[in-house]
Amino acid sequence: MATATVHSAVEPAETPLTPESWGKLGMWAFLAGDAVGFGTLLAGYGAMRATSGDWPSPYDVLGINLTALMTFLLICSSVTMVKALEWLGRGDKTRAIQYLFYTALGGAIFVSLQAYEWTHLIHQGLHINQNPWGATLFGTSFFLITGFHGLHVTGGVIYLVSMIRYVANRPDPAASYNGVEIAGLYWHFVDLVWIMVFTFMYLL
Amino acid sequence: MAGTAHKHPNYMAIFWYLAILTVIEIGVIYLPLGKFTIGVLLCALALGKATLVAMYFMHLKFETLTLGWIAITPLAIATLLVFILLPDGFAVLKTTEAGKKPAATAPAKH
Repeated sequence: MATATVHSAVEPAETPLTPESWGKLGMWAFLAGDAVGFGTLLAGYGAMRATSGDWPSPYDVLGINLTALMTFLLICSSVTMVKALEWLGRGDKTRAIQYLFYTALGGAIFVSLQAYEWTHLIHQGLHINQNPWGATLFGTSFFLITGFHGLHVTGGVIYLVSMIRYVANRPDPAASYNGVEIAGLYWHFVDLVWIMVFTFMYLL
Repeated sequence: MAGTAHKHPNYMAIFWYLAILTVIEIGVIYLPLGKFTIGVLLCALALGKATLVAMYFMHLKFETLTLGWIAITPLAIATLLVFILLPDGFAVLKTTEAGKKPAATAPAKH
């Protein structure tokens, strides 16, 4: 078996899974691990709910109009993210930065709306250890899961803002394509997780 | 390391599919159907939306099959976990329900 000498300064070989870069494979590995985290939380939520005698009907107590808007917002921000990558691929750095900004703005508005929703529910008496409509664990799981997702969105907004600088500081748009694509993977994952959270925690 | 831009699908079409599926999801909860049927429909719609995001926005459709297997593994683990947790949950529910009954009848004895 041939052995390759690994030099720390260069990427020694292409990964067969993601020939573009090892970074992309790294992000996929991280996302798979993160998805297990979210999957565990949602599976736990499902099991607690299925076996609870007084679990409230989420769409009656939480209200879905605002969260439907938040869902739409995240879908829009996913589109602006892919558009940023598309413009970068075409060599238009300015448009790419513009769309990255729209994506970060969408994420920031999402987090603001979530803060508004939390404040409203806390005023109604829903706390992490208290639920006026039935099972206490409803409040616990609601704040834990939406909070964990909200932290991901907040992290994503910071990541996107740093990517704006990353693209702006590189004269050649092709040099930042891979980095933006990896950031996009993270952002779309956040959108994908919200699709699941919206369905399981608000609609079901 | 420099980027190799792979082909871009019609992102606006995917956006409209996602938006329409979201509207259908919201409409489904008001349908005069059983809870189980609504649950199955909502799960199917959510999986459909997640698949669209993963395949087209995350470009999984254009990646190697092995990467697809890595991506789908967490879903399989989460599904398995539900079935692992349910028996324990039902046991707790049974104990709780059994505990409630004597407590409710207890004051009448005294």
